Amino acid sequence: MHEVSLMEQTLEIAIAQTQAQNSTQIHRLKMRIGELSGVVPEALNFAFDVVTRGTIAEGATLQIETVPTICYCSQCDREFHPVDAYIYECPDCGNLSFQIRSGREIELTSLEVS
Amino acid sequence: MCGTCGCHDEHSTVHLHTPDREIAAIEPHTHPHRSIQVEQSILAKNDKIAHQNQHYFADRHIYVLNVVSSPGSGKTTLMTKTIDRLKDRVRVGVIVGDLATDNDAQRLRSTGVPVVQITTGTLCHLEAQMIRQAAEQLPLDNIDLLIIENVGNLVCPAAYDLGENLRIVLLSVTEGEDKPLKYPTMFKSADIAIVNKMDLAAAVEFDRPTALQNLHKLAPQAEIFEVSAKTGLGMEEWCDRLLQSCRSMANLSEECNR
Repeated sequence: MHEVSLMEQTLEIAIAQTQAQNSTQIHRLKMRIGELSGVVPEALNFAFDVVTRGTIAEGATLQIETVPTICYCSQCDREFHPVDAYIYECPDCGNLSFQIRSGREIELTSLEVS
Repeated sequence: MCGTCGCHDEHSTVHLHTPDREIAAIEPHTHPHRSIQVEQSILAKNDKIAHQNQHYFADRHIYVLNVVSSPGSGKTTLMTKTIDRLKDRVRVGVIVGDLATDNDAQRLRSTGVPVVQITTGTLCHLEAQMIRQAAEQLPLDNIDLLIIENVGNLVCPAAYDLGENLRIVLLSVTEGEDKPLKYPTMFKSADIAIVNKMDLAAAVEFDRPTALQNLHKLAPQAEIFEVSAKTGLGMEEWCDRLLQSCRSMANLSEECNR
């Protein structure tokens, strides 16, 4: 699983941002994780505890916001949230959509520091 | 948690404590907690390098494949047979990623084309930066088609763009009809899905209609090829498709240079 290496990269960005603001402690990290990103939030939480140990983010809270998958149907010219987790059928016309507008995000959105 | 008084007010970034709310000894104070808006994709660094790779290879008229599958789906055999069929018509180079050993690299070298191996150790996927470094070890002036054989894994490589022109996902009939449903992120990101080991379909009671239907429903964007790298079944069709893409890339590059 690549959650550990993703979390290491996240922490690297977080620490750099914190130090750039002359802060010394990270209290909270907020992330956005897409439903289709292939990242498992539980695994990310576990990785977070491991990689923050002994850093300025030790003891911080990781808050994960799940980003729903949004597809686009070119036939109906509309966006929709697919009912099925993986088969993206337009609820109006039944066409299969492969234009994914969101759901692949793996982002660090904000930090709370002091 | 507040470093001054140890309180757990996590909702406001700057807030005031009064003595009646807290231990009397602590003076009223404000928390210096601040919010930093980051809004950054964790993969932004890889995406940026992948984008640079794309230009790097396009400038050299090289068409790039990223081949992914589970361990044991037959990536190396499929690529070896593909190279054997194409090497008289296009100049091929290979980058192969493996956790350990260079067995796959040796099998690919037996085709006579240049092969660079990346040993990833514990890392379960290839990243764009590794491709750039490995590519510099290949005779790029004499390569039209670069095949990247990724680490055998259907989860992690999905998130890492390498700067390829075409992403190929491979599954074999022995893995079951529902394989795509188990790895949606990867299958949804593929341009081409190849069903391999078709010669074993009857022996393993492979339910072909269900498998193709699953594949099409889950990855409607992907072109599907059914092959047996071992017997040669379907290989001509697949190789023709690849050759066509390679040539259109070469033509496009020539037009750009005019």
